[in-house]
Amino acid sequence: MSIKILEKKILADVLGSKIVQIKVPAKDVAAYAKAGQFIVLMVAEEGERIPLTIAGVDKDKTAITIIFQEAGLTTRLLGKLEPGDSLYALAGPLGHPTEIGENEDVFIIGGGVGIAEIYPVACAFKAKGNRVTTILGARTKELLILEEELKKVSDNFYITTDDGTYGQKGFVTDVLKNLLAAKKPCNLVYAVGPIPMMRKVSETTKPFSVKTLVSLNALMVDATGMCGCCRVSVGGKTRFSCVDGPEFDAHEVDWDELIKRNKIYCDKEQHICKLSFK
Amino acid sequence: MRKEPVKIKEVEAPVRSGNFEEVILGYSEEEALREAARCLQCKNPLCSSGCPVGIDIKTFIHKITQKDYAGACSTIRQKNNFPSICGRVCPAEYQCRKACVLTKRGERFATPEAINIHFLERFAGDYGMNNPANRQSGAKCIDAKAKKVAIVGSGPAGICCAGELARAGIKVVVYEGLHKLGGVLRYGIPPFRLPRNILDYEIESLKKMGVDFVPNFIVGRNKSVDELLKEFSAVFLGLGAGIPSFLGIKGENLCNIYSANEFLTRVNLMSAYKFPKAHTPVNIGKSMVIIGGGNTAMDAARCALRLQKMNGLNPDTTVLYRRSEVELPARRLEIEHAKEEGIKFKLLVKPEEFLGDEKGFVRKLRCLQCELGEPDASGRRKPIEIPGSGFEVDCDIAVVAIGLNANEILTKVTPALKVDKYGDVVVDENTMETSIKNVFAGGDIVGGEGTVIEAMGMAKRAAKSIIEKLCNQR
Ligand code: SF4
Ligand code: FES
Repeated sequence: MSIKILEKKILADVLGSKIVQIKVPAKDVAAYAKAGQFIVLMVAEEGERIPLTIAGVDKDKTAITIIFQEAGLTTRLLGKLEPGDSLYALAGPLGHPTEIGENEDVFIIGGGVGIAEIYPVACAFKAKGNRVTTILGARTKELLILEEELKKVSDNFYITTDDGTYGQKGFVTDVLKNLLAAKKPCNLVYAVGPIPMMRKVSETTKPFSVKTLVSLNALMVDATGMCGCCRVSVGGKTRFSCVDGPEFDAHEVDWDELIKRNKIYCDKEQHICKLSFK
Repeated sequence: MRKEPVKIKEVEAPVRSGNFEEVILGYSEEEALREAARCLQCKNPLCSSGCPVGIDIKTFIHKITQKDYAGACSTIRQKNNFPSICGRVCPAEYQCRKACVLTKRGERFATPEAINIHFLERFAGDYGMNNPANRQSGAKCIDAKAKKVAIVGSGPAGICCAGELARAGIKVVVYEGLHKLGGVLRYGIPPFRLPRNILDYEIESLKKMGVDFVPNFIVGRNKSVDELLKEFSAVFLGLGAGIPSFLGIKGENLCNIYSANEFLTRVNLMSAYKFPKAHTPVNIGKSMVIIGGGNTAMDAARCALRLQKMNGLNPDTTVLYRRSEVELPARRLEIEHAKEEGIKFKLLVKPEEFLGDEKGFVRKLRCLQCELGEPDASGRRKPIEIPGSGFEVDCDIAVVAIGLNANEILTKVTPALKVDKYGDVVVDENTMETSIKNVFAGGDIVGGEGTVIEAMGMAKRAAKSIIEKLCNQR
């Protein structure tokens, strides 16, 4: 079965950062996928298995949308593929789906390409009648993705950019802190983005004792609980992100460990990127 | 005068430990004939009783002496579809060879006098592979064609069950979660023990028999067991043991501490030894420490040492085990091979804590010396720590190879499936049927960590009950 890319869209391409959206046929995934879950894919037979969040499922449930930022070797190779080109392998849905409550006030926070991951989650919360407050953060205006889509499913909507080129200048946590300090009702904070951002969100909500979930991007191999590559310490216990997560209680996550573990292959990654993209 | 056992040819240690090519070269025809001639053709052969699938060893060896190699191969295949695989990976010294009358009694494992049954099996299997004849098919049941069976997992249990069912004329679809087929034979066992062309050949033969394989399909995440039961007359679960155990000691999540599963999956399944040609990396260090004493530990150690040599490092790989050498659960052959290749063994040692550098990479392992006490529940003498015996070893990479727990990815989402306190699937021992009607199971998901051939033994029993069941329901 070949997995031919159906559509491709460049969502952002500035300052050496490229965010790409592709649509691929995956009926076995689409039929079961829920918000918060991910897939693993391989670009080529000799390629790596990398996890990517399912950003959307098309209406007739035959294809899924994936959004990724070109960073390491595999995402850069993936970014080179055009409609008609094939992936080598794709499997999912993996990980626990997000638990969607009802009639609650939920703050959903996305940073950078993490915005792609919060989109299906925001939709799912909205669909269940929750009041959704969305806070998006990007380095600069051109890197902001899915603004219109998220606006549609949000009751309150905020944007921050690091450089002030759009929305409020500053970080998502500035907005978050103000809202919490102003005693805006909030049952849950859900955040996905770069690790420093998720960590800051966690630090911000902790004094307010608001339940905070983050979706962690630990390194993975099989993504089915078989190897332990993806282990993270949560509340002093070792958990496997692929099967026990990817969402965990932010206040319990050992962030230092996660940051270090995500750098295990930094040298090798640089080496192989240098060889591949001279 | 008894004839000497015929030694098997192997690539010399200094050469083979620099690559991932097969170590054991196998018997030539002349050698196989000489070894087969040593068999006493006992009136009441004990060897077969030591074989988990009951291969008629005496007969196949006799056929070899008659130069009827194809016949030898088909004798084996009556009970075991994969002689080329089992001849390479079976722990014969604990099984048929230990049972052989020629072995010294009362030993923990076969002594060298025992017939080299596994090498003869491999010889016959490889002969069959290189001289393909029409595969014998089993008794076909009349209505089988209309029946379909789903198999979950393409490891030893799964492919064995698939082969048995296909021979009975039943349509089989095998679902595999990973992108390649073979399960532990692919991700766990290194190519220098089981060359990939042999595994590929066996899977191709199953395809030729009409078995369909669906990779990248995770039953429990994609279709559920219930959904499969709507499409198929029966389901066989060969899920394998999945989740790696860790030591539970301080510092275990430092960088460069791998489970054996991760290390071996990177190296074998993802071909990390070909990095950067293959894109999946694996880290290699000056001092590689493998914790554990089973076959998986030997595989990991031998991979580690090869990677050190291939990357221009001085080979420095150590196996740490908490008991003494006789208790090492690994195959004797693998231990010997590991030693020949230069792997060091530090026995009677218990890891206490991993120590890392400021970047979070492991650098040292603190251990305690042990001595052996009274036998424990497993019958092996229990290691007891010697107080104050603490010491540190250099450790840039650690591989924890202390076993696996049940894979829960499917059982968790299938509440009707009864599991025991270890998370293993509970089955009727005779039929291998689970608590769900028409759902069968076998292999490590039933028995905990066992050997390839034990898994196949269970799969065969399951296949037999599936065939009986399907043939009886018209
Ligand atoms: S293999 Fe050993 S036990 Fe079996 S028939 Fe030959 S001599 Fe006897
Ligand atoms: S990625 Fe292997 S266990 Fe999670």
